[in-house]
Amino acid sequence: MIDLGPHAVFIIWAYIGVTVAVVALTAWVVVSGRRVEARIAALEAQGVRRRAEKAS
Amino acid sequence: MTLDVAPKPNWFARIANPSQFLGWSRPLLWPLTILTVVLFAAGLYFAFLDSPPDYQMGDTVRIMYIHVPNAWLSQFVYGVMAVSALGSLIWRHPMADVSMKAAAPLGAVFTALALYTGSLWGRPTWGTFWEWDGRMTSTLVLLLIYLGLIALWRAFEDQLRAGRVVAVFTLIGAINIPIVKFSVDWWQTLHQPSSVITPNGPHMPASILTPLLVMMAAFTLLFVTLQIKSMHTEIRRRRLATLERQRAAAAEGAK
Repeated sequence: MIDLGPHAVFIIWAYIGVTVAVVALTAWVVVSGRRVEARIAALEAQGVRRRAEKAS
Repeated sequence: MTLDVAPKPNWFARIANPSQFLGWSRPLLWPLTILTVVLFAAGLYFAFLDSPPDYQMGDTVRIMYIHVPNAWLSQFVYGVMAVSALGSLIWRHPMADVSMKAAAPLGAVFTALALYTGSLWGRPTWGTFWEWDGRMTSTLVLLLIYLGLIALWRAFEDQLRAGRVVAVFTLIGAINIPIVKFSVDWWQTLHQPSSVITPNGPHMPASILTPLLVMMAAFTLLFVTLQIKSMHTEIRRRRLATLERQRAAAAEGAK
């Protein structure tokens, strides 16, 4: 373990906090994208299409 | 004289048209993700293994490598939103709304992280987690503005109308950005003035500047990647809303 001096606890918690937030933000972005795709797929499976597109 | 009104896929259309935008930006996502991860790995290596403790504040200088990039992004993301707001109000740019909406939660998180890392850095170096000085207070106001804009997006069912209102409020809120930026020069309290971009060049040695710049590049690319992905989701969410309206209309027609 690297010696981070007398204030190691502040440095470690700063990095832990940022890591957790960045991972959570990335996960939220990815998951919300997938959720929208799943709902579009479900609607299209029911035969709902945009008017511009021909119903298959 | 005849006017040529046939649509041509010029650069503006390639950004403005949602399908075109999806088409050229989707292949960028994986390379951007990989580059971001590589930069973070390099940045963390420099931050912990290849940079010395500061001669005054010791190892707590390592907090700077995550504090400054988040603080920079808190302002840069707002800049992206303000430019998008102009695009939305002046040119009715369809992707500008999408960009504004995608950026708000990202900016809020980066601003919260700037405040969080700042207070953890402040305790050992200044002796306090928080002080109501110009930089900190204006950054807190910036966070509240981000949260207000997110709430405003959610307050409207009609996202086109929401876009107009949010654009106006985004531009009003932009007045806070120069206040955040210059607060350290106007009111000299605890927070130090700029030390990277100054008329005399950076006020720090290369051994400390290198990890800082690599981490700033990593965080900036992280934002760009998340922004593009969020814009994709927002385009698709609008498509979903259209489909749902259509299903509702079909159900109404079948009665």
